Amino acid sequence: MWSSPFITQPSSVSQIMLRVLIALIPGIALYVWYFGPAILVSIALASVTALATEAVMLKLRQRPLGPFLSDNSALLTAWLLALSIPALAPWWMVVVGTAFAIAISKHLYGGLGNNPFNPAMIGYAVLIISFPVHMTHWITPHGMGGIELSFGEQLDYIFNGVLPDGLKLDAVTMATPLDTLKTQLHLGLSVNDIRDMPIYGHLAGKGSEMVALGFAIGGLYLLSIRIISWHLPVAFLASLFATAGIFHLVDSVHYVTPLFHWFSGAAMLGAFFILTDPVTSPTTAKGKLIFAAGAGLLTYLIRAFGGFPDGMAFATLLMNICVPLIDAWTQPRVFGKKGEGK
Amino acid sequence: MRPLFKFHGGVHPATHKAESTRTPIALAPIPTKLVIPLHQHVGNRAVPVVQVGERVLKGQIIGRPEGRLSSAVHASTSGTVSAIDMQLVAHHSGLPDLCVTLIPDGKDEWIAHSGVDYRQTEHTDLRHLLRQAGVVGLGGAVFPSDMKSYSHKHKIKTLVLNGAECEPYITCDDMLMRERAGDILRGAEVLRELLYAEEVLIGIEDNKPEAIAAMQKAVLDDKHAHMEVIAVPTLYPGGGAKQLIRVLTGIEVAAGVRSTEMGVQCFNVATAYCVWRAITFGEPLLSRIVTVTGNVEHAQNYEVLLGTPVDELVALAGSRADTNKHIMGGPMMGVDLPSGSVGVTKATNCIIEASPKLFPPPPPALPCIRCTRCADVCPAELQPQELFWFSKAKDFGKAQEYHLFDCIECGACAYVCPSQIPLVQYYRFAKSEIWQRERDAQAADLARERHEYRLMRIEREKQEKAERLAQKEKAALAAKAASPAPAVNPEPAHTSSAADPDDTLQMRIDAAVARAKAQAATAQPKNVNALTPQQQAEIAEIEARRAKIREMASHAGADDEPPKSNQG
Ligand code: SF4
Ligand code: SF4
Repeated sequence: MWSSPFITQPSSVSQIMLRVLIALIPGIALYVWYFGPAILVSIALASVTALATEAVMLKLRQRPLGPFLSDNSALLTAWLLALSIPALAPWWMVVVGTAFAIAISKHLYGGLGNNPFNPAMIGYAVLIISFPVHMTHWITPHGMGGIELSFGEQLDYIFNGVLPDGLKLDAVTMATPLDTLKTQLHLGLSVNDIRDMPIYGHLAGKGSEMVALGFAIGGLYLLSIRIISWHLPVAFLASLFATAGIFHLVDSVHYVTPLFHWFSGAAMLGAFFILTDPVTSPTTAKGKLIFAAGAGLLTYLIRAFGGFPDGMAFATLLMNICVPLIDAWTQPRVFGKKGEGK
Repeated sequence: MRPLFKFHGGVHPATHKAESTRTPIALAPIPTKLVIPLHQHVGNRAVPVVQVGERVLKGQIIGRPEGRLSSAVHASTSGTVSAIDMQLVAHHSGLPDLCVTLIPDGKDEWIAHSGVDYRQTEHTDLRHLLRQAGVVGLGGAVFPSDMKSYSHKHKIKTLVLNGAECEPYITCDDMLMRERAGDILRGAEVLRELLYAEEVLIGIEDNKPEAIAAMQKAVLDDKHAHMEVIAVPTLYPGGGAKQLIRVLTGIEVAAGVRSTEMGVQCFNVATAYCVWRAITFGEPLLSRIVTVTGNVEHAQNYEVLLGTPVDELVALAGSRADTNKHIMGGPMMGVDLPSGSVGVTKATNCIIEASPKLFPPPPPALPCIRCTRCADVCPAELQPQELFWFSKAKDFGKAQEYHLFDCIECGACAYVCPSQIPLVQYYRFAKSEIWQRERDAQAADLARERHEYRLMRIEREKQEKAERLAQKEKAALAAKAASPAPAVNPEPAHTSSAADPDDTLQMRIDAAVARAKAQAATAQPKNVNALTPQQQAEIAEIEARRAKIREMASHAGADDEPPKSNQG
């Protein structure tokens, strides 16, 4: 016996996740354009690790491999993690971060759909706490006149930790624009002086601002095909903009423009791809607004006053904790009961 | 243009309506036998009033309505009663029910019957006629129409005539409106009169232009004042009574509330048609239009005698060899019939012949990813993902807090779920479990009351004994007082209990009753207090499904595994 409904829309988790992966491609393409193909290596590395870890965990938990391996959710975690850490990170860091994200923060909590924390952000957090130095070496963007590694040399560094003769890691990498901003402010420079440094472009960091734009475009695609709802990115970006805007208005010597915040670090990636993870975000419209606005505020506060250069990951994780509460508090009224109290 | 309202959510499944609307309604021949269930309506089962072996005429009552909420059942043609026994019926439960089996004699000989002029007839008499004619809601709810055509308690402004027919595949109302618009509207006039309604709004989904045109023409031709045919957007489940009322009037009828309390009553178009035939011609409800579609050679609407075995009906349309089940109703809310031998009932609007090719079983369900696509489409504005979570965890209190009983089981959520979770099955399971618990609680209350009563009796007996004792002593005392002996104080205990036995007893009873009441109140789950008769009927129905669902849930509850029953 089988009961109604007897028909379902042809949609699947794997299809949804696939669309999200596709939406990451513009950002990745720009990444490769400005920073070279190393990022593709870490994405590949993370993907293989994620699938392998997923398979092992499913076996251990005695779940069928087929449906879960093909749901593309592990791949998405892998891609997001790879995109959040330096492309030149040594291979074992990628592997450790990804494996931790999948095994601990996903499967130990019950696997797909049951993890309270965004796995990619957990992976990121583990890495930045365990290997803070490695997390600061970001490739210098293309066209800055510095030394650029060939693809072969990048591979050699990722897998063997060897740079071409005579080169120091510092010569081919740099701190992120957000990081630089922070250190230079500490040294007493004004925002304007800092912005004149060659690593900055029109909006934020050279190269990275374009990658952020790429993620935004991908995000708009996801919005247009209704894979994600507008609440999360809009509330996040608005809250980040508003907070940054207030500080900037009050003291523009020490606080950069809100646009700078939008286009640096993981803000765009976070707005459209990380906060929007359905499993770890609220389900009600009001809840989504609260959640994302909170994340925007926290991201700013961590960036401006915290110990880490970017705040996206920790803001996400902190807000993840609040999700059950937010959901419980924001249950909407049901049909026919709009006028009533709870 | 009348401003229309929207209801939240809804889905657009492929309609598949063209197949069965190419040819006019055909008259299905008298079958070799009729299996007529005595319980084809909401309320009490009709009581058989014929004997095995008896010859009956077409239109003769074979089951008399029992109690307030019930309806008559008739012989759909003339013939001989061959059995009155338990048979499988076309019903959710899949359980047997009492049926009258009739072997037609082919003469189709009517019993004497005649109609009345509704304008010259008392409303009570009209309602009685409807009840005796077995007229019930033909949209699938099969609620006795006489019970729905009162209006003295609440003033009714709007009579909504439901011709939306939102479920895919079903076209019986569409064809009826195309072909018999005049009689439908005349029936609507009768209902309007019974309800003293000011206006009649006829809602038809805009994917039925022919029906809309036919109905509009009939409104004009017969000069029906206060009637308006309104094309409503095609959106499932826009044909649900609550949804259609919302779209046409903007009124939201909450779960557990009767629409009449808000000034609206809703009837299906086919019901209005039958009302007209019953009142004006004295023709009881003996047949209905049934869409036969799906895995058949030529999909078609038939006028079918009630009780016609589904097998015989689908054969007319050329059911294909690889058909593996018959779905009664639409693909969103329909029922997988337990057998092809069941008879067509008043609720049978459509038979979809299903094959694995046409309705492939869903892939195994994945865990919920909280994507809220289900919440986006839920017309009741619920959070289906939460209901799922609580149902699965058997946290029924929470499920009720999240308005489980507002769920109309429309299936829209399960339709869109990317994890292919059979959500509605979980809701049915949770509802049935809650009904059961409530019944258990009631039984416990009863037991508690009995227990309290027993204690009370023991107490009373004690008191009576004490009283007798006291009286004896008093008498003895009096005797002693009469004699010059010194007075002896009676024991204090006796004095107190005997002081005013009636008062203490009454107090105790009151306290016990109050206690029992308080316990009953706390034991009662929320949301199930104000039950409409229809809901009460659903309880019975749901109960029947429990065993099955329970088995399913034992798998479901285990882990991420989808319920087994969904696979077959
Ligand atoms: S549609 Fe399915 S997967 Fe998405 S939230 Fe609802 S139940 Fe969960
Ligand atoms: S079946 Fe219930 S929960 Fe699902 S969409 Fe319909 S009313 Fe909402």
